Amino acid sequence: MSVLTLTIEGRDVAGQTGHTILQVARENGIEIPTLCHLQGLSDVGACRLCVVEVEGQRKLLPACVTAIDEGMNVTVNSERLAAYRRRVIELLFTERNHVCSVCVADRNCRLQDLAVELGLTHFDLPLLSPQASVDATHERFGIDHNRCVLCTRCVRVCDEIEGAHTWDVMGRGTEARLITDLGTPWGDSKTCTSCGKCVQVCPTGALFEKGRSVAEARRRRPYLPYLVVHEGRTR
Amino acid sequence: MSEAGTPTPARRRRQEPLIPDGPVRASAHVCMAAGCLSMQADTVFDSLCERVTARGLTDVAVKRVGCLGLCAAGPLVAVPQKGRIYDHVAADDEAALDGVVDGLAGGEGGRPTATDPFFSHQVKVVLEHCGQIDPERVEDYVAVGGYEALTKAVTTMTPAEVLGEVTRSGIRGRGGAGYPTGLKWTTVAKTDSADGKYVVCNGDEGDPGAFMDRSVLESSPQQVLEGMAIAGYAVGANHGYVYVRAEYPLAVKRLTTAIRQAEHAGLLGPRIADSSFSFDVEIRIGAGAFVCGEETALIASIEGGRGTPRPRPPYPAASGLWGKPTLINNVETLASIPTIINRGAEWYSAIGSGKSLGTKVFALAGSVVNTGLIEVPLGLTLREIVFDIGGGLPGGGKFKAVQTGGPSGGCMPESLLDMSVDYESLAQAGSIMGSGGMIVMDDGTCMVDVAKFFMDFCREESCGKCVPCRVGTTQMYRLLDRITRGLASRDELAELESLAGMVRDTSLCGLGQGSPNPVVSTLRYFRDEYMAHIDDHVCPAGVCKMEPREAAVAAGEVAR
Repeated sequence: MSVLTLTIEGRDVAGQTGHTILQVARENGIEIPTLCHLQGLSDVGACRLCVVEVEGQRKLLPACVTAIDEGMNVTVNSERLAAYRRRVIELLFTERNHVCSVCVADRNCRLQDLAVELGLTHFDLPLLSPQASVDATHERFGIDHNRCVLCTRCVRVCDEIEGAHTWDVMGRGTEARLITDLGTPWGDSKTCTSCGKCVQVCPTGALFEKGRSVAEARRRRPYLPYLVVHEGRTR
Repeated sequence: MSEAGTPTPARRRRQEPLIPDGPVRASAHVCMAAGCLSMQADTVFDSLCERVTARGLTDVAVKRVGCLGLCAAGPLVAVPQKGRIYDHVAADDEAALDGVVDGLAGGEGGRPTATDPFFSHQVKVVLEHCGQIDPERVEDYVAVGGYEALTKAVTTMTPAEVLGEVTRSGIRGRGGAGYPTGLKWTTVAKTDSADGKYVVCNGDEGDPGAFMDRSVLESSPQQVLEGMAIAGYAVGANHGYVYVRAEYPLAVKRLTTAIRQAEHAGLLGPRIADSSFSFDVEIRIGAGAFVCGEETALIASIEGGRGTPRPRPPYPAASGLWGKPTLINNVETLASIPTIINRGAEWYSAIGSGKSLGTKVFALAGSVVNTGLIEVPLGLTLREIVFDIGGGLPGGGKFKAVQTGGPSGGCMPESLLDMSVDYESLAQAGSIMGSGGMIVMDDGTCMVDVAKFFMDFCREESCGKCVPCRVGTTQMYRLLDRITRGLASRDELAELESLAGMVRDTSLCGLGQGSPNPVVSTLRYFRDEYMAHIDDHVCPAGVCKMEPREAAVAAGEVAR
């Protein structure tokens, strides 16, 4: 495999052919915020937090799925990108009912961390406050759709690592919802192996283990030997 | 119909066209595309056959054809030998039906097409056979030179020569983005694949007010199949898929018939024209998602997955259907190919202007006299299209704007009427060519309301995968809704503009990236209307119902 050289954030770096901008940036200690990305799973480029500016490209490109190229000049942080990333987080907070104070993932939540990291101090947009349900039919786990950000990490870990493909997405736009099997209650699922991987990869408090109270949903991701831990912590 | 109000008794429809044994002096072409068919064109066809037989006209033919173009005046019957078209030939209108038969017998009547600007300003390449042939009879298509281009390609040309011809013709993708077709074909041709490539025809037309692809598929399906086979030969693919939306049952039916007939006649299938080239075509029917017109979502849908787009690259030309190199072209692009091969690239590139060569089919709709399907050389002005061909606005209405490009397009005001309709000019004006929907609006239209309509469409059709499109379009819709209700402040307008930029720049696919266009273009040309809603609490067009501000302030909906 050949090596390519490129510039990220003004630094000359080298990376292997086929590697993504995100991979090479993190190898070199350059941080790019991500939400739907989880090392070990396929990338879908859905959350748009990792969009970067590439010189000569009219459009912003998602770092998680864009392969590096010789001589590429990548800007990871700019005023525009910072504003867009804050807006992505703002849109996610306004979409559903993210009430941190009563959430099992409080202080263990990727969405909350991102809001702090990116400096989101308030919402300019109104809350959509949808009527979202909770499915607690599974013996050990539950899903609170109020907290779901549709990152589809659970869908991918279930399909790609566990091989069960219990999870999928149904509906369009803001009506889109995670479903188990063909929209039947989780507890009735014929395909779910109760492995709990979905709960471990969930970045928010949407998927939770029963019997845990507020702020207790610490994810034990190293317990998943399949998922590579990045610099001591899983994103 | 026997009596007004009583339903026509169910009876067996005539299956075969009425074709005399001897030479044909005149023939009646009855439009059987969806528009006229919804006005009982099939009964008109039966009645005309009966009347011609009863009159004892032995040298007159009556046949079913595809779209005759002037959809506003249906049901339509054309008598091409006399260069005339009869409009409003209703199934229960004895005088109109007799008028057509009189015309066939040698009388006058109808509209002469040679002097009617609706017809005389058009140049037909894609629609060349629409309204001329019976879409359900392959022999009709062959009789007008159908499949000659395919035979010519596979027997006398190398794939490289076909690629060269298409490249030199200068044709660009007619689905909207205008990517050079020759370049796309060459990319697929040059991508190595040990186990096959695919040609996909994108017939998932979904823009509100657009019906070009439907009309082509309903009127000349063999032409599209021939274009696909030529594409297959050029890029090295042996399998094709036509992706048609389920809302087009007539197109699906005629396409199914066309594939069966072409295979039966040896025009598709193994060893076409005794060459070593084989090509077969299958139909895939969409399930009602607008986003499946986006090529990567369309591929996911054909593969049986959820129709959501994925980031490009890799482009389908490198990794498409089942990971194989895949050529995806729009219906209209593929329907242009047989003519380009038959008449040559030079002939085709002589039509049009600048970087926009050839013809484009438009669906004229909205406040325009001649609602219908037209094909014009690229580079005509909007004024020529709307006023000369379209006949202007009905009842002397005042022109306000014309919308092109559907939910990803924009609204062009009166000051741009003399702008040339080509890819570059439209993009510069803040719109896009799009697939060819053209909606004319009069001064009774509120432009904020129009922007809201399209945003509502995008919000509903967003697949929900990426955050900016899923939530951004919903938030933009809510802001527009507040403006149309007279509740919004100037700050909220600023918020709308800021959100528009973010959704455009960060969305994953074209649906999201293009969704702010109707807002941005109406803000560019009709900002005063937005301001009237916000500052003066008035909808200048009188469309929006303004809510009393006092009540809204009291309810805490407006900060003031």
